[in-house]
Amino acid sequence: MNLNRRDFLKFAGATTATAALTSLPIKAEATEHFTGHPDRKGILVDTSLCIGHNCRRCEFACAKENYLPTPDKPPEDASVFDQRRRTHPDQFTVINRFPGRSEDMPVYAKKQCMHCDEPACASACLVGAFKKTPEGAVTYDASVCIGCRYCMVACPFDIPTYEYNSALHPRVRKCTFCFETKLKEGKAPACVEACPREVMTFGKREDLIKVARQKIARNPDKYVDHIYGEHEVGGTSWMYLSPVPFDSIGMRTDLGTTPYPELTRNYLSAAPLVMAIWPSFFLTLYLFNKRKDQIAAEENGKHKEESA
Amino acid sequence: MATFSPSLPGNVNTGSWLRDKLFLGMTPKAYLRSLITPWHMVAAAILAIGLPVFFQRFAYGIGAVSNLTDTNPWGIWIGIDVLCGVALAAGGFIIASIVHLFGMKEYAPLVRPAILTGFLGYAFVVVGLMFDLGRPWRLPYPMTFAFGTSSVMFEVGWCVALYLGCQFVEMFPPIFEWLGYKRLRAWAMTLVLGTTVLAVVLSTLHQSSLGALFLIAPSKLHPLWYSMYLPVYFLISAVAGGIGMIIFESTLSHRTFKTQTGHLSHAQLDHLALGLAKGGAIVLYLYFWLKVVGLAHEHQWSLLLSGWGLWWLVEVIGFILAPAFLFLFAVRGLSPLLARVAAVWTVLGLILNRLNVSVVALNWNQTERYIPHWKEITITITIITIGVLVFQWMVNRMPILLQHPDYAGESH
Ligand code: SF4
Ligand code: SF4
Ligand code: SF4
Repeated sequence: MNLNRRDFLKFAGATTATAALTSLPIKAEATEHFTGHPDRKGILVDTSLCIGHNCRRCEFACAKENYLPTPDKPPEDASVFDQRRRTHPDQFTVINRFPGRSEDMPVYAKKQCMHCDEPACASACLVGAFKKTPEGAVTYDASVCIGCRYCMVACPFDIPTYEYNSALHPRVRKCTFCFETKLKEGKAPACVEACPREVMTFGKREDLIKVARQKIARNPDKYVDHIYGEHEVGGTSWMYLSPVPFDSIGMRTDLGTTPYPELTRNYLSAAPLVMAIWPSFFLTLYLFNKRKDQIAAEENGKHKEESA
Repeated sequence: MATFSPSLPGNVNTGSWLRDKLFLGMTPKAYLRSLITPWHMVAAAILAIGLPVFFQRFAYGIGAVSNLTDTNPWGIWIGIDVLCGVALAAGGFIIASIVHLFGMKEYAPLVRPAILTGFLGYAFVVVGLMFDLGRPWRLPYPMTFAFGTSSVMFEVGWCVALYLGCQFVEMFPPIFEWLGYKRLRAWAMTLVLGTTVLAVVLSTLHQSSLGALFLIAPSKLHPLWYSMYLPVYFLISAVAGGIGMIIFESTLSHRTFKTQTGHLSHAQLDHLALGLAKGGAIVLYLYFWLKVVGLAHEHQWSLLLSGWGLWWLVEVIGFILAPAFLFLFAVRGLSPLLARVAAVWTVLGLILNRLNVSVVALNWNQTERYIPHWKEITITITIITIGVLVFQWMVNRMPILLQHPDYAGESH
């Protein structure tokens, strides 16, 4: 194949055009922002109300609702609080104790899936096992999961857990927002129902933010002026109020407000560009080199003829 | 021209297919006896320990053989088997594009061994993945009916799968030469250009995607390693590591398979090593500056004053800048030996980097840290051993290092 300058210009033009075209729809996609289902539900957790010790009824209720083993330590055993606990395949929610404003006023904070509006786990999963439902839950479908555990790496709250001890059917396990049994029918989850102190309020996320604002406005010295989860990582369905700064009750305050899927979106949108530009670039290179070789060979040939 | 001993591919004709193709022209008994070498004894010992652990992994689950936890879901199977495996196998596409696209034909003798290394490297990345995935039999899911298009992992999966196919096609010529299928071989040769270009595209994508995997963990990866340039770092360091591997692997093959590499003299190999060293120096130097720019961009000079900062400097100065200079000195002083030292150094630096990103500096702020279980290490070592054995088996049979006499003189 011969390549002259005109061909080359055509070629280069076509390349640029493809690149420009493929980049257009991507731009549009990158700016599109999740607004979420307007009626999605949420939970407001007021940590100042939780009594923790001698209760942990949410933990037990969750276990029952999800057919998990009953937590090892009974409610009256205070030693569970000696260590900070996290979620595990057999425990979707845990209560941890943190120092409060004074010795005798510790703060108990419940931990479970935050049901992010734009979940990192969902954007990370290569088979799309996680879905944010219009009701607000982030659900997981074990029937497609291949078990790469990238969702666990991605989740900024360290929520998903894995059944490492199952050889045949290991699943990712995490709080379901009681989606199948409760939320789908508009009912409050088991842990919320079980709480004797009404630490958790179930409702439309929008309304909960208003409730939280009111609480803070009415008792400015009872709460720090922040609703954790309103904007964190783009907003979560579960939100928290606290009497002490959030980083002192085990919640990360350095996560920012950027939705996690954004972190990789730009990178992913560059892929079509590589696919458009690279082949043309390298083929051009190849043709140039081939042409160079051909010319060299022809001249060589002429040389030989002349000298013959 | 190459000289052939009777045990080499393409020059055996005892009238028995089995004997020719599989037993290197020997009788089965003689062949078995020839297998008893010190290296094979070591390999056998490793397999004796490793295979029962393989069994344990699949019979009782990942938990039975690993220290992976809910907080540390990734360990050395991802850090070494996958991340290092893919990066170090980059040599295949690098050398193929140097020869076929950039037209530097003098590197042609290195193409086949590098492609074989690349192909096997990737094949064993997939094997390694089988141990790490909770349900490995579902590996085809993301390619067939469950598409998580927003996932970087999805892109990695697709690119690696396609690339593996690509490399397999590039393995056709030596395979068909081995089996003596001339027509098929001629057809396979026509595919080379296409697969080479495709290989470059796919490699660019998935090498950088492996770095991009960690973009979603800014709160977990130490800020000295977390950077928006992670994809670029992974791509460029894979090129450096790939070059290092080509130099290292060609030297090793030259020593180990002496009888097969007669057509490529020591002097020629030295010349090629120095040529590659020049590339290595440039790439590493560029990589070093990108690391510095990344640090400056994120205004993190103060982080250098911590223990983590020291460790970062060890990686960046000790294993990026230092081998860059070594390569440079090698080229200046025309010292192929120095080039080989630098090559090994680069490879070690790449392994260090991948482990830092995926294991050491990941979850640096957690109280619960991950240290691999000895069985995890055993599985990794056993997989690598099997990989080397397969490489050896193929090189001893197929025209990888030498040219098949029927096609001698033809350019690759
Ligand atoms: S908290 Fe973690 S697991 Fe739950 S939705 Fe958010 S990212 Fe997913
Ligand atoms: S472990 Fe399962 S759910 Fe999590 S990212 Fe991998 S495939 Fe998706
Ligand atoms: S919402 Fe349901 S699954 Fe989640 S912690 Fe509460 S009871 Fe458990």
